[in-house]
Amino acid sequence: MAPITFLEAIRQALFEEMAADPRVVVIGEDVSVYGGAFKVTEGLLEKFGWERVIDTPISESAIIGAACGMSYLGLRPVAEMQFIDFIACCFNQLTNFVAKGHYLWNAPAPMVVRGPSGGGVHGGPFHSANPEMYFLHTPGLKIVYPSTPYDAKGLMKASIRDNNPVLFFEHKFLYRRIKEEIPADDYIVPLGKAVVRREGKHLTILSYAAMMHTSLEAADALAKEGIDAEVIDLRTLLPLDEETILQSVKKTNKCLVVHEDTKTGGIAGEIAAILSEKAFHDLDGPLVRVTSLDTPVPYAPTLEEAFLPNAQKVFTAARELAHF
Amino acid sequence: MPATETRSKAKLSRQQYLDLYYFMRLNREVEETMTKLFRQNKIVGGLYSSLGQEAISVGTAYALEKRDWLAPMIRNIGALLVKGVPPRDIFTQHMAKFTSPTQGKDGTSHFGDLENLHIISPISMLGDLIPVMAGVAMAGRYLGQKIVALTWIGDGGSSTGVFHEGLNFAAVQKAALVLILENNQWAYSTPVRRQVPIENLADRAKAYGIASYIVDGNDVVAVYTATKEAVDRARAGNGPVLIEVKTFRRRGHAQHDPAEYVPANELEYWEKRDPITLYERFLTDEKLLDAKSKKEIETRIATLLEKEREFAENSPMPPPELAATGVYCTGPECHDLQPKWERSIAEVQPPKSSTKNSWPPYVPKADFGAPASPIQFIPAEVPASSNGARAGTATAVPAKMVAKPPMKQLKKSPASSTAASKKPVKKGAR
Repeated sequence: MAPITFLEAIRQALFEEMAADPRVVVIGEDVSVYGGAFKVTEGLLEKFGWERVIDTPISESAIIGAACGMSYLGLRPVAEMQFIDFIACCFNQLTNFVAKGHYLWNAPAPMVVRGPSGGGVHGGPFHSANPEMYFLHTPGLKIVYPSTPYDAKGLMKASIRDNNPVLFFEHKFLYRRIKEEIPADDYIVPLGKAVVRREGKHLTILSYAAMMHTSLEAADALAKEGIDAEVIDLRTLLPLDEETILQSVKKTNKCLVVHEDTKTGGIAGEIAAILSEKAFHDLDGPLVRVTSLDTPVPYAPTLEEAFLPNAQKVFTAARELAHF
Repeated sequence: MPATETRSKAKLSRQQYLDLYYFMRLNREVEETMTKLFRQNKIVGGLYSSLGQEAISVGTAYALEKRDWLAPMIRNIGALLVKGVPPRDIFTQHMAKFTSPTQGKDGTSHFGDLENLHIISPISMLGDLIPVMAGVAMAGRYLGQKIVALTWIGDGGSSTGVFHEGLNFAAVQKAALVLILENNQWAYSTPVRRQVPIENLADRAKAYGIASYIVDGNDVVAVYTATKEAVDRARAGNGPVLIEVKTFRRRGHAQHDPAEYVPANELEYWEKRDPITLYERFLTDEKLLDAKSKKEIETRIATLLEKEREFAENSPMPPPELAATGVYCTGPECHDLQPKWERSIAEVQPPKSSTKNSWPPYVPKADFGAPASPIQFIPAEVPASSNGARAGTATAVPAKMVAKPPMKQLKKSPASSTAASKKPVKKGAR
């Protein structure tokens, strides 16, 4: 198999799930003839027709509401947010209705909400968001944020087959920048399982999505200085794989969290709390955060670069923590 | 006032006429029972009354078939009863009992039943259920089920953004959605004239290119007749219908609200137009109900509610450990989610589903002007009266309420004139 891009991996997952399961439909803005703003749904219309590839008006609440209604009759809709920033427009529909259904009235909503997220492509303040933490605080949702083509495909398939509403964040910086050979056979990557990307013993670096690659780059640089970092890709943020995190930190005794989301209220804070509760005596240093600044995502390349974490920032923070 | 003031004759059997009566009475008695329970401190949270609005809940839901779906608002307990919900479910919900449909996790009429009764639970953020029900209708169509999705919105809820999003999307999809706009003239303490600048909320249907009706919401037969027409129309694939039912909220927003802001003369007017009293008079005039059958119905309801109330009162509260359970569906052993296909699955799978990757060619509507032109410019209409002119009129008197035929979508533009040429030229502007 020739290597495929991150974007192609997601497209393949949609394609294969739709072919295998007539319950799966795609709904969103410009998803049919145009194939979506980033072409993730390209080719689906030709194969699966108008009934299963549904264009909508610019109405995010209607997209989520309709997808939810469809799921109640046993369908498995995959709803696209043209940019994940726009998920804010249907916040109420998602958090107050979709997410609460199973707990309150025994109504599972098997649906996926997917969309391009993240910065680094000069998208500016309304097309670069990492809004995962708004939803991490919402019981009933699952949150997936993959970093490799293999994971993107396997996690998308697992998300579609899951009986719960899953938010699937696709970092747009990765769409066409990384390629990977992936198996031809049907496979899934289970939700709620992190993966160790690089083994090490001096400190643990936890990350996900585009920052996973940044963290690996930093780990390479650290290795040249004799610092052996273990890098873990969280993959699913909700539910969070505490077991893998704790196992690693109990081995390395130090933890650095790298995320592209802004600092205050980011998942690093949640992880710090978990470690404080469950691995306090294993820690030989403070939990360190490398994150974006607590500002909107600025537009100018010089500003966005200052806003985002990068390998140098991770390297510096990790080295300091290793020597703590 | 004559009982038949706006009554439209529907083709109903005697039993159906009596069903409508039974459910309106049941609706009222269920709420009366709960008012007593509330005063005894047995209702855990708030209690919302639909006093005087029973004809709407009952008349609309009665027009649905068993396979159809509904999503109620808080004042639509009557619709739940018609759809088959036993009164005990409503009592136990309000009393937060373990035996309630949500096992105490939510209260009031906030519960649903996806499997059998096809009821979708309400949400307090009004309007959100409109796109949800559009999706229900679309999924039904996709699965080959000939279902209709019906939901309600208030005069207050019609101001939300999602009302527009949902109705517009349903219209563009020609989804089998019937939306009942229950205009009870009060959004909590704010009168409808301070919420919207138009007299008839049904006028909004025009903006979505869908059919609409304006109906006397205190006339159960009129409500039923209009809804039945709308349901048939939607089921036949003609798209959504908006029905504005004019009525009046005779109690406060909830039990805690004495509603002193409601003018006494308006309240008095609508008390005289009580839907059950009006309907009783109609049934008596038409010789459909006599003292004996009325007594029978009353006894039946009293016996049922006594039993149901006792069940609810004797039910336990949920065990505390329940609080931590049920956030996620854990898989097929929790819910095996299989749709009910009523068409061949092959139709939606390749190669049968294959299509050309281009937009279908634009076909102008038959009553448009020049067929070659993709866009027609239609002279803007001048409103018949301005809002200011209406401000002084008594709002207690309802607008002329009749079941209107579906509105035409677009008026034919005069062939020889355009909007521009009709505009008067201002003189002396420079």
